[in-house]
Amino acid sequence: MSETDNTSSQSQASGDVTIQMRGVHKWYGQFHVLKDINLEVTRGERIVICGPSGSGKSTMIRCINRLEEHQKGQIIVDGTELTDDVKHIDQVRKEVGMVFQHFNLFPHLTVLENCCLAPIWVRKMPRKEAEAAAMLYLEKVKIPEQAKKYPGQLSGGQQQRVAIARSLCMNPNVMLFDEPTSALDPEMIKEVLDTMIELAESGMTMLCVTHEMGFAKTVADRVIFMDGGEIIEENEPHEFFNNPQSDRTQLFLSQILQH
Amino acid sequence: MADEKRTVSEPAKPALWRRPAVRSVFFQILLVAGIVYFGNTIFQNTLNNLEQRGISTGFGFLDQEAGFGILMTLLPFDETHTYGRTFLVGLLNTLLVAGLGIFFATLIGFVMGVARLSRNWIISRLATIYIEIFRNIPLLLQILFWYFAVLRPLPGPRQSLILNDTFYLSNRGLYMPSPVYEQGFWLVMVALGIATVASILIARWAHKRQEATGQQFHTVITVIGLVIGLPLLAFLVMGMPLSWDFPVLQRFNMAGGMVIIPELAALLVALSIYTGAFIAEAVRSGILAVSHGQTEAAHALGLRPGSTLRLVVIPQALRVIIPQLTSQYLNLTKNSSLATAIGYPDLVAVFAGTTLNQTGQAVEVIAMTMAVYLAISLSISMFMNWYNKRIQLVER
Amino acid sequence: MSVHTPHPDLPPPLSSVGFIGWCRSNLFSTPMHTALSLFAMYLIYLTVPPIISWVFLDATWVGDTREACASSTGACWVFVKVRINQFMYGFFPETEYWRINLAFGLLIVLGIPLFLKRFQHKGKLAAFILIFYPIITFQLFSGGNFGLTHVETSKWGGLSLTLILAGVGIVASLPLGIVLALGRRSKMPIVKSVCVVFIEFWRGVPLITVLFMSSVMLPLFLPEGTNFDKLLRAMIGIALFQSAYMAEVVRGGLAAIPKGQYEAAEALGLSFWKSMGLIILPQALKLVIPGIVNTFIALFKDTTLVLIIGLFDLLAIIQQAFADPDWLGYSIEGYVFAASIFWIFCFSMSRYSMSLEKKLHTGHVR
Ligand SMILES: Nc1ncnc2c1ncn2[C@@H]1O[C@H](COP(=O)(O)OP(=O)(O)OP(=O)(O)O)[C@@H](O)[C@H]1O
Ligand SMILES: [Mg+2]
Repeated sequence: MSETDNTSSQSQASGDVTIQMRGVHKWYGQFHVLKDINLEVTRGERIVICGPSGSGKSTMIRCINRLEEHQKGQIIVDGTELTDDVKHIDQVRKEVGMVFQHFNLFPHLTVLENCCLAPIWVRKMPRKEAEAAAMLYLEKVKIPEQAKKYPGQLSGGQQQRVAIARSLCMNPNVMLFDEPTSALDPEMIKEVLDTMIELAESGMTMLCVTHEMGFAKTVADRVIFMDGGEIIEENEPHEFFNNPQSDRTQLFLSQILQH
Repeated sequence: MADEKRTVSEPAKPALWRRPAVRSVFFQILLVAGIVYFGNTIFQNTLNNLEQRGISTGFGFLDQEAGFGILMTLLPFDETHTYGRTFLVGLLNTLLVAGLGIFFATLIGFVMGVARLSRNWIISRLATIYIEIFRNIPLLLQILFWYFAVLRPLPGPRQSLILNDTFYLSNRGLYMPSPVYEQGFWLVMVALGIATVASILIARWAHKRQEATGQQFHTVITVIGLVIGLPLLAFLVMGMPLSWDFPVLQRFNMAGGMVIIPELAALLVALSIYTGAFIAEAVRSGILAVSHGQTEAAHALGLRPGSTLRLVVIPQALRVIIPQLTSQYLNLTKNSSLATAIGYPDLVAVFAGTTLNQTGQAVEVIAMTMAVYLAISLSISMFMNWYNKRIQLVER
Repeated sequence: MSVHTPHPDLPPPLSSVGFIGWCRSNLFSTPMHTALSLFAMYLIYLTVPPIISWVFLDATWVGDTREACASSTGACWVFVKVRINQFMYGFFPETEYWRINLAFGLLIVLGIPLFLKRFQHKGKLAAFILIFYPIITFQLFSGGNFGLTHVETSKWGGLSLTLILAGVGIVASLPLGIVLALGRRSKMPIVKSVCVVFIEFWRGVPLITVLFMSSVMLPLFLPEGTNFDKLLRAMIGIALFQSAYMAEVVRGGLAAIPKGQYEAAEALGLSFWKSMGLIILPQALKLVIPGIVNTFIALFKDTTLVLIIGLFDLLAIIQQAFADPDWLGYSIEGYVFAASIFWIFCFSMSRYSMSLEKKLHTGHVR
């Protein structure tokens, strides 16, 4: 625990910037997926990322916890630069939680065990303590009664809330969401969004890839629009939706707001 | 009132032969009758035929003297022993080759299965080539190849291929030193026992401590150190109470040491390589069955690749691998009966082969042989059912 | 409003693409992988060139006596060449080879439409191949009618016998397997248990004991004086053995058919046999074609076991050729030849079944 505090206090050079991406490029083979990405996220900021399919949104946020490697540029999370160094990667992953589109819960473990796995093996917590903390987070996402069940026994919305609780159990400074509601039925989307809104209100730094424009309008501090591997426009939500600066953004908005 | 009564009264009864229940009982009675008739006919025919040929029936032959020798036995055996003992000797030889085969096939299979999924192109290519070649060639052909084309043409004992004056490879087999336990070796065994017990205790303690305080303990390294170190210490303290009986070349043959006869070697090599290819496929499919999302989620939570493998991937992969693995073990055990083709004295070769030929009691001999394999198969499939029930993922 | 012009794609850094990039990520990504790659390359260097020169470069291909091979250090394919007819046709009279050729040619001609997408009557053609083709083939092999001379089964051998055994095994076991699979799913307790016992018995014992049983016990079971063909006895053993495996494959297909289909068939008022024959089985059998192909591969390899009871399939006839005093010491060539033939058959069938499986899977997902 003390390690964590050290690194976060080291990073104060640039105010309270948590994530810094400078001139990041990435290629899949010959395919240029991320082109010169520059992004700064300050502590407690809530960012929504949108853009057409294949524009590189997932790839960008997956670079932040090194699920993908970038080939050029710098990514600094909480003062730790992401390089090939395993120590740095471990450090960053401890601080950054991630929620996936398809939940990715571990089907062979109960909900509670899913939540305790990383605290026990990564944070080296005693099981009792980890379980108590996990129950707290499960209460926060409003499913403490499901703790002894297996993921396969839960609905999609419940599974996604477990996945959120599982990430929170690691006590992250930053949460990444990659289209957390797009695999859900409409009536379940709300319960997950409510959980996310609550989390935002508690002051968590969040980066969300989502197409839920309502969520973006109410929660986001900043909306980022990506296309063709670039960040084309970023603005606060009101301006972004009412007064888009680029023709590309306007086209995208007109397409998704039609429905 | 009257109307109501009519509506709740039972439906009209159809004719007897139209009712499904009656039909099914009738059909089953017919089936039983058919089977009984068929069984009885065979029984009568067999009795007749046996009488005609002057072959006795019953299991009395098991107590008679066998009068033939067996190439390799795990029990003391010579011509004066009974047919009953040939059964036992054959059975033990079968179990020996099956046990060793299972060990090596598992080893090869896991290495090759993991290699096939390696990020290293050349390694995964080599593993693929191995799997695709050996899976698609009949096992019997492979056994014959190793025996007749590789091991039999080796030079005789006098021109053995010698490694280090300790291993001698010739057409009589692979000769190697056998251990001779001298006085005081008991302490080494005791030390090994103590180390094993201590390891179990340490593992338990480490687990408890982690539950309570979160501190992790290098259990694996400690256990390895203990299991090797303690016996080694005892070994040194007792003045190294172990010597080796080296094989020596004599005029026409080898003496001393132990030997793996070529029949066993060929069978073992072929069985391990053949079954290993299937196990590799099982391992691969098991690992692939764990979706990429699982490893990603584990990584995103900060688990290292090693922990991810141990806590997330392997537990899930084993659910797919173990059923296939047991069925491969079963296949290997049944396939070990191909020993007959090269004269390795397994159950089928000794008992269903020589003993049957000498006594002519085909029914009893074949029934006993089949019963052995059936018993093995049934107990393994019972284990499988139990295992599958236990590991079934809970779904809604 | 600004008009957005996308940045041009840049080429990736040199170290991550091209041959060097490929090598770096696929061969030398870590020190351990580098060591493994180098070791593997060394191993290939040690084994592959000698094998290639033995099989091709130094091998002897021409000539028809042992002397032709005397001077070479490579394989002596002359051995295979002079006996190729025997390896293919067994001891069949040479003047009658055309009958075997005709039988297999017919199979190929009949089989091709099954693989054509546009052909409409696949089911009917398959039924014809399964029912009438075996009769025709038997006539061609055995003769005795239509002016064909009779050829005893003891003269059958080689690859043609291997194919016949595998073919009979599959054709005979399919109907039996379907009946057993239906029986095992039946609600009648006695029928069900009879089928379970039958299936588990054959699956629990090695084929070799089955072959022993059919060759020594079958004659005892029959009324005195009946004496029938060794090959036929082996075929009966193989068919019974195979039917149990077939039953399990078919059962998997039956289980994969959604319950709704059974209910729909019942709701239409179809009788049990009609609903099975018209609705359930056609779907289930289609699903299990890859499984059937896989059991066929296993059976194809297992036919070699008839060597042990003294029939001359491809492997046995090659094994027997080693004893020829004129050709002692060429066993490796023989085994390699046999292995290649078995391998080509099994590998291509396994690829075929894999591609079918893929097709089925995508069919289900989308
Ligand atoms: N492993 C990979 N190998 C090669 N190309 C990839 C890989 N992963 C993604 N891509 C390509 O990179 C581009 C960006 O993918 P990414 O998943 O980041 O898009 P996205 O914006 O998240 O789209 P979506 O809204 O569909 O999730 C896509 O064109 C995709 O085809
Ligand atoms: Mg995406």
